[in-house]
Amino acid sequence: MAFKHDVFEKHSLVLTVGILATVAIGGLVEIAPLFYLESTVEKVEGVRPYSPLELKGRDIYIREGCYNCHSQMVRPLRDEVERYGPYSLAAESMYDHPFQWGSKRTGPDLARVGGRYSNDWHVAHMINPRSVVPESIMPGYPHLQEDRLMFDDIQEVMAAHQAVGVPYTAEQIENAKADLVAQSDPNHERAFDIEDIYPKAIVADFDGNPAFVSEMDALIAYLQMLGTLVDFSVYDASENLR
Amino acid sequence: MANNPDLKRRLQKGNPILMGLLIFGALMGLFIASRAKDGVMELHGFMLVGAALIGAYALIHKAFDEPKDALVERGPGVTYMDGPIRAGVIASMFWAIIGLLVGVVIAWQLVFPGLNLDLPWTTFGRLRPLHTSAVIFAFGGNVLIATSFHVVQRTSKARLWGGSAAWFVFWGYNLFIVLAASGYVLGVTQSKEYAEPEWYVDLWLTIVWVVYLLVFLGTLWKRTEPHIYVANWFYLAFIVTVAMLHIVNNLAVPVSFYGTQSVQLFAGVQSALTQWWYGHNAVGFFLTAGFLGIMYYYVPKRAERPVYSYRLSIVHFWSLIFLYIWAGPHHLHYTALPDWAQTLGMVFSIMLWMPSWGGMINGLMTLSGAWDKLRTDPIIRMFVLAIAFYGMSTFEGPVMSIKAVNSLSHYTDWTIGHVHSGALGWVGMISFAALYYLAPVMWGRPRLYSLKLVNWHFWIATIGILLYITAMWVSGIMQGLMWRAYDSLGFLEYSFIETVEAMHPFYIIRGVGGILYLTGALIMAYNLWRTIRGDLAVEAEPKARPAVTTATPTQTAPAE
Repeated sequence: MAFKHDVFEKHSLVLTVGILATVAIGGLVEIAPLFYLESTVEKVEGVRPYSPLELKGRDIYIREGCYNCHSQMVRPLRDEVERYGPYSLAAESMYDHPFQWGSKRTGPDLARVGGRYSNDWHVAHMINPRSVVPESIMPGYPHLQEDRLMFDDIQEVMAAHQAVGVPYTAEQIENAKADLVAQSDPNHERAFDIEDIYPKAIVADFDGNPAFVSEMDALIAYLQMLGTLVDFSVYDASENLR
Repeated sequence: MANNPDLKRRLQKGNPILMGLLIFGALMGLFIASRAKDGVMELHGFMLVGAALIGAYALIHKAFDEPKDALVERGPGVTYMDGPIRAGVIASMFWAIIGLLVGVVIAWQLVFPGLNLDLPWTTFGRLRPLHTSAVIFAFGGNVLIATSFHVVQRTSKARLWGGSAAWFVFWGYNLFIVLAASGYVLGVTQSKEYAEPEWYVDLWLTIVWVVYLLVFLGTLWKRTEPHIYVANWFYLAFIVTVAMLHIVNNLAVPVSFYGTQSVQLFAGVQSALTQWWYGHNAVGFFLTAGFLGIMYYYVPKRAERPVYSYRLSIVHFWSLIFLYIWAGPHHLHYTALPDWAQTLGMVFSIMLWMPSWGGMINGLMTLSGAWDKLRTDPIIRMFVLAIAFYGMSTFEGPVMSIKAVNSLSHYTDWTIGHVHSGALGWVGMISFAALYYLAPVMWGRPRLYSLKLVNWHFWIATIGILLYITAMWVSGIMQGLMWRAYDSLGFLEYSFIETVEAMHPFYIIRGVGGILYLTGALIMAYNLWRTIRGDLAVEAEPKARPAVTTATPTQTAPAE
């Protein structure tokens, strides 16, 4: 061979550097542009950071490994759009650290599950999925109803999100605990402010138990807002062709 | 106790720096546990204390020194360090059983949802990462560390570099596994598939991995052979690339330095592609490049033939590692990832077929002149089956990466079947074969306890794989077709839950396949245990025909 491969075979550092250079190229070409090409994430009205209660609900979604069986990504295919709703936009997960698109649909896609079922349905379904869907193979999560939501650290969690670029305001972080409680209690003094601070957030006693804020409250608050932020009746897809 | 002269001598002979590090580790663990913000962090702090204390105890009792009378294979003027390899063989077998067992449990959870027990710790969502991490990182990782330590010493004719550092790699890596696994069950995860461990566990793995790289490179530096043998290129590519992937994909901001939770640096579409750049190359470099390293040493050794083509090994090595990195976007077809990235991912995935088959051809053709051993040697048969499955799944992968095919296969069990033809067929079988080869060598036994049991393992596992992947083909393609089926009036024909119901029989078949594969591994564990004990079953030697010698050994053969 004209080219001597010997140099790689006789010098371990040359081999190491050669390997590193070879494997670095693909990622640099594919991933790096996503951070600066403006067309990567569409300009869309309505997408906002999660409210404190929704954020805690999302943490429970992650903790229980829901992503193992549920995707959150409606593909632009006829049957999916008819089954689940408008196909997912990149902008809709722009505050998801990390994304929850999933890779498997052992259960249905959840990208647009918000508002599809009542809070009561969700509670019954979480406690025992087969009570509402007899053929379901989903595990039951009865403990969510009984477990108090731990939210002492909600301000630190939001601050960490702020540190990675989620535009929480100082005020939002300061009032996080009160907002969290208010969103799960329609009689709370701040209950009417929640929609101003977090547009389209739903205020309800999600689990039907006013005694305390449960993990169930948080999880359902999260599920009920999924896919509801963008108003697709006014969304113009042709503006975002890419 | 401090006046005990024997202990003093031992400590002096041992490594004081290592002892210092262990004491530091124990104090660090106590500190973390005392300030922990959540129960899991507290538990993990105490686990660090425990690990450091056990390490210190072992150090004092010189457990890491090679016993003088150990059956160590000696090279010309070199004493190899085989302790960590022996430990790795046992750990590999242990984690294989655990990982496969959890896999069987979650397979049956999909058949009978009652098996989730509706407890927080036993649901599918928490056990599935336990299964994937246990088989990929615990089983696969221990196999890779053990075999790489074996191969790099033998082909370099040099003892492992760094003294006790190799032991640190082994125990440190297994501590990583235990921290990760206990975290999953208790609900600590960053929700990125195959990268679930949280920030502090990631940091620990980074430290272990850097030491691993140093031990490996250091041994190469010390080599007394002029050339770095081909298997080591693959091991090195695996170690270097996994380091790069691991660090970039796990960039995160901890919520608190005393808490388990962190927030990932990237969001949405960027986090998705970073994750699948990592995820696909966990397959490409952990489960492929590393195990090709195994193929390039153990297949020629067992077949007693040189590697088929030196030139092919160069070409397919560089093209494989170059192309693999690009293939990640095929996990994100038709998602909100920009089309250009999807197309790029698809094109490179299809091109990847060629270097993959280059590796398969080089492995299979190494048996030229030794094909008769397929009849007589069940270990060779396992190697060949593994390489055949490698060829099959690296053909299926490019097919599934075509967008039109992927629109059907994505989100279905077809993907699960594809992964398992690679994992059970390629990774599992080549690991089992390598461990079968390694055990008698490492413990100085004339041969395995029983080749007959290897034969049983081979057939039971093979039937298990076939049941598994055929069931997943049917259920995956069926579900994909049902999702997109329309009735004559133009409405979707099936509700989602009807497609779930339809998969029930195939989940049963898959569960049976899993039990068979686990059974094979249990037979293997028994066989290895008897081998290590030094027992030899009385078995009729299979009749071997004299090998037809057509090829002459060249420098591409392993050093010894």
